[in-house]
Amino acid sequence: MHVVGKGASALMLAQLPTFGRPVSAEALLAPGLDVAVKKRLADAALNAAKSKGASYADVRIGRYLNQFIITRENKVQSIINTESYGVGVRVIVDGCWGFAAVSDAKTEAELAKAAEKAVAMAKANVLLSDEPVQLAPQKGFGEITWKTPIQKNAFEIPIKEKVDLLMTVNGAAMNNGANFVNSQFFFVNEQKYFASTDGSYIDQDVHRQWPGFTVTAIDPKTGKFETRDALSAPVGMGYEYLQVNPSDKITGITTRYNKGYDMLEDVVAAAKQAKQKLSAKSVEAGKYDLVLDPSHTWLTIHESVGHPLELDRVLGYEANFAGTSFATLDKWKSKNFNYGSKQVDLFADKTQVGSLGAVGYDDEGVQTKRWDLVKDGTLVNYMATRDQVHIVGENESQGCSYADSWGTVQFQRMANVSLAAGKEPLSVDELIKDVKKGIYIIGDSSYSIDQQRYNFQFSGQLAYEIKNGQIAGMLKDVAYQSNTQEFWNSCVKVCDERDFRLGGSFFDGKGQPIQSNAVSHGSATARFNGVNVINTGRKI
Amino acid sequence: MSIILSEAEAKTLLQKALTYSKANECEVNLQGEEWSNIRYALNKVSTCGSKVYKTLSVQSAFGTKVGVATIDEFDDASLEKVVRRSEELAQLAPENPEYVGLVGPQKYLPATGFFDSTASMEAVDRAKAVAQSIQIARSQKQTVAGYLEDRTGFSAMMNSKELFAYYPSTKINFSATIRTDNGTGSGFAAQGVSDFSKLNTASATQVALTKALGTVGARAIEPGKYTVILEPLAAAVMLEHLFRSLDARSADEGRSFLSKSGGKTKLGERIVDERVTIYSDPTNPELPASPWGADGRAQEKINWIEKGVIKNLSYSRYWAEKKGVKAIPAPNNFMMVGGNATLDELIKSTQRGVLVTKFWYIRSVDPQSLLVTGLTRDGTFYIENGKIKHPVKNFRFNESPVIMLNNLETLGKVERVVSSEGSFTNYLIPAMKIREFTFTSLSDAV
Repeated sequence: MHVVGKGASALMLAQLPTFGRPVSAEALLAPGLDVAVKKRLADAALNAAKSKGASYADVRIGRYLNQFIITRENKVQSIINTESYGVGVRVIVDGCWGFAAVSDAKTEAELAKAAEKAVAMAKANVLLSDEPVQLAPQKGFGEITWKTPIQKNAFEIPIKEKVDLLMTVNGAAMNNGANFVNSQFFFVNEQKYFASTDGSYIDQDVHRQWPGFTVTAIDPKTGKFETRDALSAPVGMGYEYLQVNPSDKITGITTRYNKGYDMLEDVVAAAKQAKQKLSAKSVEAGKYDLVLDPSHTWLTIHESVGHPLELDRVLGYEANFAGTSFATLDKWKSKNFNYGSKQVDLFADKTQVGSLGAVGYDDEGVQTKRWDLVKDGTLVNYMATRDQVHIVGENESQGCSYADSWGTVQFQRMANVSLAAGKEPLSVDELIKDVKKGIYIIGDSSYSIDQQRYNFQFSGQLAYEIKNGQIAGMLKDVAYQSNTQEFWNSCVKVCDERDFRLGGSFFDGKGQPIQSNAVSHGSATARFNGVNVINTGRKI
Repeated sequence: MSIILSEAEAKTLLQKALTYSKANECEVNLQGEEWSNIRYALNKVSTCGSKVYKTLSVQSAFGTKVGVATIDEFDDASLEKVVRRSEELAQLAPENPEYVGLVGPQKYLPATGFFDSTASMEAVDRAKAVAQSIQIARSQKQTVAGYLEDRTGFSAMMNSKELFAYYPSTKINFSATIRTDNGTGSGFAAQGVSDFSKLNTASATQVALTKALGTVGARAIEPGKYTVILEPLAAAVMLEHLFRSLDARSADEGRSFLSKSGGKTKLGERIVDERVTIYSDPTNPELPASPWGADGRAQEKINWIEKGVIKNLSYSRYWAEKKGVKAIPAPNNFMMVGGNATLDELIKSTQRGVLVTKFWYIRSVDPQSLLVTGLTRDGTFYIENGKIKHPVKNFRFNESPVIMLNNLETLGKVERVVSSEGSFTNYLIPAMKIREFTFTSLSDAV
């Protein structure tokens, strides 16, 4: 469940799990514990767990750093730097999970105590369990490190430089006709140390960021207002994402971005387009061929492919809140469930460079990889963790375990899931050229899907009418409704690798209590024939 | 030191923290909470956890430069350290032109949201409550998934303008979904209480079971405009989109459903049926809430919509000062005046309609009209000639709560409900019959 849109407000952020305690910007650059100290602490927890009867134990020593800079027009509304440090210990005793977490623990005694508490919880849960945990085997990797391949750590960029950029962006929006502009930077650094009784000691340094804005235009005569959000993507990159090469830009009806984002250029376009939306033609409801830009398609992939192929949902573990899945095990076992057309290859990949979900190892020490979910349109696999993967006949986890904090227990989360680019050379212009009656949608906006992931409705930031292969003008009040299987079977063409780009969710919510996950979804521009479009304009 | 402090203990600690302040203004906030949860699925416990914390947050201001620091240690040295840290951060902060200083002493309404029955809950109480729910599913050979969480906490605030506030509270939220073993039926029930003695997981699970069995064999009917009877939960999750949109600044700025042409707003105008009154009241014993807001402002009983007229909007103190109006804070609870009709009576008086027990995944489509989209879930039924005829397949809807409240036919009785959309916010909302509710497509989801 994607919980926060691009116009994320402080109010919405306040509804998310606590990020940590406020600290200075300088504190974000202070080194965490030395890796040798972390190993010693981890061993204390693992040894305590084993001595109390655990057949398996893992420990996560986590330091989570965040920086949020939130502005509107010519004002800085808030600069929030947070740090959260603590330890989570997970154990299996008599075939049952137990978990305990402790904040600010930096001594061997504190970690041993947390391990003992986890063992006690597992022993209490044994009474309520009728089936022992089956953990897929996992070799130990010894002492290793992994780091997001960033060029510039965003925390090293002075606050003033970042504020100046946002103020310049806001000024440009106002100078180009915006009535209001809200802009923000979110920067995240997860410093995670994982150790397990399998013999792994994995030190990872994970970086993510999300620059964004919302521009509002108002027509005082009618009292109508329209907005246009940034066409940026949240990424697993450093500050270099904001320093653009011309090759990162995709020109066309509006400029879109790949591995670098020109915030200033985009906000100028946004200010003009928000005004243009005020007088755009209201769409006529009906069937259209949709041409979907990757800045839009990511959320449709997330909701209609990512979530239904999470194995815990399929099994019923999320039935009380997020829901279950239409993609049941019998459909997978049949080996002929037609998820999409032959053009549709959907894959999971936790190694994609620049993606939000890229890590070297997941939160239960499994090395990450890429695997197929839907091949030539047929459902072939799910996303699972070590204690689930035997259900789909695999003897090795796919590495989908994640916890959003040291204080929360890791569980099955979505990997980056993408629609593979088309194998035949095809540009966006060539794709549009053949469309007689269509709508070209760019950027993500409203989204909703049922609890088994059949029926969905999406809309975009920008919609353009396509008539006889030509873009005819801007539309407003556009939303499309479809059914997952019908929609992916209506996919007739996907542009080639040159157009493949990532979008993503910085705050994907799941579980009770809810945890947040960051995940990317890639695609090239794709065409879907005969999709039902509704008009969302209403008078109150 | 215990996690939950008494008013006197909290006051002493906050007074001591304030003595270290050298800033122009200083505000100290103390919060403590014991939070426990237990989750189950496939008729067995899947995870459980607990979090216990107490945090002191200090906000220091020099002019309009503001800094905040927090700490969870409470010895004298730690108190001084956190005050100094907040002052350092304030000195480094940019000017905040919207900072209007601290609130002075306030008079708070009496609100009672703390119950010993909840505060004294132990792991065994939680396990028993969940076991009762699981037992119902097992005995009927169905499958239940559910979640129970309880919170016992307190908040206290003091500032250099002599404001002091204290509020202890307890809360429990329970929800359960029963799915029939053939996967063709699904039912849901939730209960939110402040007092553990009022929690009845067995009766809530029984409601979920009845709905699950009742939804088996759902038939498709054509989407379109229908008279709907919304059970209180379904009505609440629609209305919460309206509740979140009562901010004066957005309306004044022209970017709200309450904005009008020429920079005006609809404040004082009738926007929905005249039988609609939506209000907040921290003293309501059925839904107690803190009598003070995040910045210390006193909460009053406020009618937001009175007899269909938008009467009040919430203001930040900055915006109220700019507009020269009273700074009414955003409320800590929401409730709506109901009618006398029972659910049965609402059904009996309906020629042709749909009974909706729950909505799901509601998201904004157009903030101008408050149009939202979402789906029915876990119990939707076709009504003909005053009787429930059969379960129906789930619908997607596109509707605005404003249009919905204009199309009000009859109000039912008020119930305390828990939002099923993720926040666990509790409301007091009546069942309601609405004409011409817009269903736009069918879903195969069960």
